[in-house]
Amino acid sequence: MSTAVATAEAHGGGHGGGAEHSPHPPTSTGIDHRKLLMWGFLASDCMFFGSLIATYLIYRGRAEELVAAGQGSGPLPHEVLDIPYTSVSAFVLLMSSLTMVLALAAVQRGDVRGTRIWLFATATLGSIFLGGQYFEFTSFYKEDGLGLTTNMFGTSFYTLTGFHGAHVTIGVIMLLSLLWVSLRGGLRQEQAINVEIIGLYWHFVDIVWIVIFTLVYLIPYDDDISTISEGAEHAARLLGLS
Amino acid sequence: MAHRASVATHGGHGGHPGSAAGEHLPGHPGQRTYINIAIILAIITIVEVATYYIEWMADSGVLVPTLIVLSAAKFVTVVGYFMHLKFDDRRLTWIFAVGLVISLAIVISLKILMDVHPIDYALRLLTGGE
Repeated sequence: MSTAVATAEAHGGGHGGGAEHSPHPPTSTGIDHRKLLMWGFLASDCMFFGSLIATYLIYRGRAEELVAAGQGSGPLPHEVLDIPYTSVSAFVLLMSSLTMVLALAAVQRGDVRGTRIWLFATATLGSIFLGGQYFEFTSFYKEDGLGLTTNMFGTSFYTLTGFHGAHVTIGVIMLLSLLWVSLRGGLRQEQAINVEIIGLYWHFVDIVWIVIFTLVYLIPYDDDISTISEGAEHAARLLGLS
Repeated sequence: MAHRASVATHGGHGGHPGSAAGEHLPGHPGQRTYINIAIILAIITIVEVATYYIEWMADSGVLVPTLIVLSAAKFVTVVGYFMHLKFDDRRLTWIFAVGLVISLAIVISLKILMDVHPIDYALRLLTGGE
């Protein structure tokens, strides 16, 4: 323990160059404070999206059951979700993770031009994803009549994917800010940690979409329906109706 | 502990002040590895979508487990390699794991609640009650 801490202190607490050269104070953990904070934020954001995903999983089946019972209105997931289209969006976001990590590798080796190219590519791919989401939302609203308050599916779907889109938007803004700083000559090898932290956020946005793509788009909701149907059968037995 | 000392010596990772210009951070993948990982992720995505369209998988009940496994593989790969958790300080893994476990607990517990609730819900459907 003492050896490790002493080593960390000897190297400026994780900043390497010592306090006299580092713009940030040494850390007691050996991990950059900003990086530690970002991982803490990402952990909390996991819970945020966990709640939204759970809500969606619960409500999508209810909407279907209500329609089947003549008490609700469509459209329903299988009527509006376009798997091929969303697959392309998912692929675009996945590839943006590659360009992001290439931007980090470039700045770490002092390749200014490479950093700018890959940051621009990442922001562009993120913007393409956002454009695709805008098209999807407007298509659902105008062509399928699915609004935010149309039914429980619409409410939970727009809330979940909308919050993810907001995260992507913030990520694109941060990437463009980094690019702007780089173009002004302020993003040198010594500031690679800034790219790394924003990169962590960007990759997180990607892994959230990996989960959303599977749970919202690919996994059929028959399980939910069968659960409700089982509940209906059980209730019918309780009431002596069957 | 040795790992922690190593991390401190190398300034975590990310080219912190003190890293020599062009220094290759030990244990980190190179560009070729990143590209190979992206290709693997793309292939998994294609398999996921293809799986969705195979009817017998849905009929036999293996579709959902397959999709979850493939999705988890992509998740772990991105977190491990692109976010560098595989190479970074182990404490960062724990921080993220705590958030992830709580998140999973939220999803699972709410799902269980939903499995119970439909009985009451179905009663209202059957009886037309409020």
